[in-house]
Amino acid sequence: MADANAPYRIKGETGEWEVVIGLEVHAQVVSDAKLFSGASTKFGAEPNTQVSLVDAAMPGMLPVPNRECIRQAVRTGMALEAQINRWSRFDRKNYFYADLPQGYQISQLYHPLVGEGTIHVLLDEKDEDSAKAIGIERIHVEQDAGKLMHDQHPTMSYVDLNRCGVALMEIVSKPDMRSPAEAGAYLRKLRSILRYVGSCDGNMEEGSMRADVNVSVRRPGEQFGTRTETKNVNSVRFVQAVIEHEARRQIEVLEEGGQIVQETRLWDPDKGETRTLRSKEDAHDYRYFPDPDLLPLELDEAFLDECRSSLPELPDAKRQRFERLGITPYNASVLTAEVETARWFDQLLEAGAEPKQAANWVVAELFGALNRRGETIDNAPVSPSQAAELLGLVADGTISGTIAKQVFEVMLSEGGSAAGIVEARGLKQTSDIGAIDTEIDRILAANIDKVEQYKAGKQQLFGFFVGQTMKAMQGKANPQVVNERLKAKLG
Amino acid sequence: MSVDTRTVRHIARLARLKMSDAEVEAMVPELNNILGWVEQLGEVDTDGVEPLTAVIDQKLRLRDDIVTDGGIRDAVLVNAPDAQHGFFAVPKVIE
Amino acid sequence: MSDLTAKTIAELRDGFRAGDFSAREIASAFNDAVAGARALNAYTVETPEDALASADAADQARQAGELKPLSGVPVGIKDLFATVGVDTTSGSNILKGFKPPYESTVSANLRSAGAGMLGKLNMDEFAMGSSNETSAYGPVISPWKRNDGGNAALTPGGSSGGSAAAVAAGIAPGVTGTDTGGSIRQPAAFTGISGIKPTYGRCSRWGIVAFASSLDQAGPMARSVRDCAIMLEAMAGFDPKDSTSLDLPVPQWEAGLSSDLRGKRVGVPREYRIDGVPHEINALWDRGIEWLRDAGAEPVEISLPHTKYALPTYYIIAPAEASSNLARYDGVRYGLREQGEGGLEGMYAATRAAGFGAEVKRRIMIGTYVLSAGFYDAYFNKAQRVRALIKQDFRNAFEQCDVILTPTAPSAAFGLGEKKDPLAMYLNDVFAVPASLAGLPAMSVPGGLDSQGLPLGLHLIGRELDEQGVLNAGLAIEERAGFTARPGKWW
Ligand SMILES: [Mg+2]
Ligand SMILES: [Zn+2]
Repeated sequence: MADANAPYRIKGETGEWEVVIGLEVHAQVVSDAKLFSGASTKFGAEPNTQVSLVDAAMPGMLPVPNRECIRQAVRTGMALEAQINRWSRFDRKNYFYADLPQGYQISQLYHPLVGEGTIHVLLDEKDEDSAKAIGIERIHVEQDAGKLMHDQHPTMSYVDLNRCGVALMEIVSKPDMRSPAEAGAYLRKLRSILRYVGSCDGNMEEGSMRADVNVSVRRPGEQFGTRTETKNVNSVRFVQAVIEHEARRQIEVLEEGGQIVQETRLWDPDKGETRTLRSKEDAHDYRYFPDPDLLPLELDEAFLDECRSSLPELPDAKRQRFERLGITPYNASVLTAEVETARWFDQLLEAGAEPKQAANWVVAELFGALNRRGETIDNAPVSPSQAAELLGLVADGTISGTIAKQVFEVMLSEGGSAAGIVEARGLKQTSDIGAIDTEIDRILAANIDKVEQYKAGKQQLFGFFVGQTMKAMQGKANPQVVNERLKAKLG
Repeated sequence: MSVDTRTVRHIARLARLKMSDAEVEAMVPELNNILGWVEQLGEVDTDGVEPLTAVIDQKLRLRDDIVTDGGIRDAVLVNAPDAQHGFFAVPKVIE
Repeated sequence: MSDLTAKTIAELRDGFRAGDFSAREIASAFNDAVAGARALNAYTVETPEDALASADAADQARQAGELKPLSGVPVGIKDLFATVGVDTTSGSNILKGFKPPYESTVSANLRSAGAGMLGKLNMDEFAMGSSNETSAYGPVISPWKRNDGGNAALTPGGSSGGSAAAVAAGIAPGVTGTDTGGSIRQPAAFTGISGIKPTYGRCSRWGIVAFASSLDQAGPMARSVRDCAIMLEAMAGFDPKDSTSLDLPVPQWEAGLSSDLRGKRVGVPREYRIDGVPHEINALWDRGIEWLRDAGAEPVEISLPHTKYALPTYYIIAPAEASSNLARYDGVRYGLREQGEGGLEGMYAATRAAGFGAEVKRRIMIGTYVLSAGFYDAYFNKAQRVRALIKQDFRNAFEQCDVILTPTAPSAAFGLGEKKDPLAMYLNDVFAVPASLAGLPAMSVPGGLDSQGLPLGLHLIGRELDEQGVLNAGLAIEERAGFTARPGKWW
């Protein structure tokens, strides 16, 4: 892997280019009912069964906003250290499309709910020097559109309005990213924060998070170039691919003396390329104006207090706390990336596990086991308290680290408590000097040649004697005692 | 500012109103008359005046996050010019 | 029992309660009158069975001693109000055949107050017009004729033209209207009846086909000020389904009626003396001032300096909102669909071209233009600033007076087809529009006949929420004007 701190440059025919990236992420707000109607937001229902007369834009129907959607957007803004606007309002974005029954989307252009904020990312999780702050321009709340199906009928498209009116947060970054890796780090961090806050489930497959990718290129240090916007990209990998492809395409155009057209493009995952959306001359004339069906949204102190006090400890704070507990930066970063992992690890600490040892164990042993078994931490086969018991047995010298691995395997395959398994299988570690000495004497006697070599200065043979002794003791000897006795006997 | 046939066509396109050439021609003076008349607002000094945002001074009410609606597909589709298999059907859209 | 149709709502209600006649007799009398007045083209749909069923329920309720405020009273409903299972087209081809699966809050309120429905009333298409000539059903013919011996068909005004004609002709004792820029008050004035537009937010807009959301208000039209109070009490009220609905109890306006205006000051705005208004109108205005003085009020001259700009302001804001509100009529979910050429886009353009009439198209074009890229600030935002000044004018004026008196319209009813120039038509609402822009309660009451024998109205504007003050001043005029003229029955 290249140095994360080195600037990302693309070599063209005529020299090096820099890519400039901004992301507009549409994140579906976690709520039971829609933003402006009482219909359900549940995924996967029969077509048009989660549609109210408001969602279908029947004549005379009116929007009434859902408090929870506003609350979640405010909490998200707070988590992104953003300015919360106590006075905001909804605007109409006017355009015609079959998935948009009103003929306008209720959104926020002129006075968004949330203003400027920041996301801190690490480009390399092992390297604090790779930290970068990426600016948030704004977050606004808006309605999702319905869904069109094109492959059910030869000459007709089918319209399903179930998603129509579901609340979205549009999280708009500043054009602060300069490489696909930065965009990836930003998206992962944003997703992580949203999931900590609980305002979005981050499920990209179900479309809960989609990104519009704004890309332009320039010679390093020069003015911003003209950008294109690639719409509705639904995975981190695809976002990075869009950036790479689109940057290269733009460089080619520019180097051939052409100009970049500001346009909307589509990502074709099958071909691995972006293509221009059939040009619409009016695509950029949305005739935004304040929605006269809705009054200005004013937030009071009590509402903001509740939003603030209901925020959980966020990934950066948690990571710093873990580091203060002696956990390595890498482990701290891995343990805090996903909210479920962090929650599980916090429970492990609460159950009394020693932080540093626990972190190593979770990252190496538990993650390894989950990977092998194709499981996630949500349905981990051991509970935090069971794991704490196992780690406790190592910490107090009852079993060695090697035996702990064995015990863990038994816990995974057969269940049961760590202490019970150790007891039943006689896996307790021994510090019995007599027993250890007997084995050491036998091993030294059987390896006279190696003893001679050791005494002649081949110090690295010490490990061989330790290993042989431990093997003879079936791993149950206290390694510290084995070391001491060997040193004494070898002189 | 005054509109010409090009502008009228553009506006008609934005508004999704099909217009014949004759209709466009007829619309030009009508719109210019009305726009010329409303432009007298230019005489009014509105420096420092905030645009009116709420006719009657009141705050936006928020509702609780409870599912109270939906499950009325028949009512949603009953007036549709073309409903098929629980969907609204429209002439095929090519994206 | 034909004289039943000559009675006011209060007389019908009280006579029914006293047992002078049954609700069925009332309903039958009006049903017969409706069927006999088709030459007026006032109704788009007649619902005699509905009126009879409600009447039978009222007769039973009287037996059971469970009377409701409007038990026994049938009313007409403007076609802009969604009525469940009954054609609701807002006078437009684009909604021909639309039977809503829902009932507007206002009409539902009337029903739960015991009222029956005689039918749906003709109107200007989407309430855009001042003469009822833009209706897809053809114009309503006013029951009034000039006294010149000619037989010219006159307009009942608009957009609530069917409503006004129905009350004037005795084919409904009371009706609903809606008022966006004078659509209750101007037709009331043209037909010699009373009508009140309450404070914006008093009547729920839910289920009323939207024209311009920040201006639209429902209100009653009837024979007397008392009848307006009775109906408004039943129509108004907080509705959680309308975000702009006022969360306030409904005052007992009928019980609060009093024509004793001692201690009240009546504002007479000097800017409403405009060039080109017939002398008779100003003369009636002067008489109105004297009537209110006679009732104990003190006339004061006031200034509403931005009056001149109200109409142009209105003709930016209302079309802008309408252009967006009418985007939902796209041939997808209800109403007309014309296939057109060129897939979805062709269907949209063909449907809307065939479905909307000339005036609606004109306003959609203006509205789209003033919101389009580059023009928003110059037109829409400028208009909203001027609107703020107009609102401020009224605030200042109401420091010096309690209610404002003006003429309702700058002329008496004109002949159908007489006003071909859109701008000349718009000028009809010059006196009505400022109160709409400011969201204030305003009412027209008949003041007298002009030299051609046609009714003229006087216009009262009150403070926010002070419908009572408006009704009381209206009552004082009604008592003194002694307006009893009725159109001779020619239909
Ligand atoms: Mg976007
Ligand atoms: Zn968006």
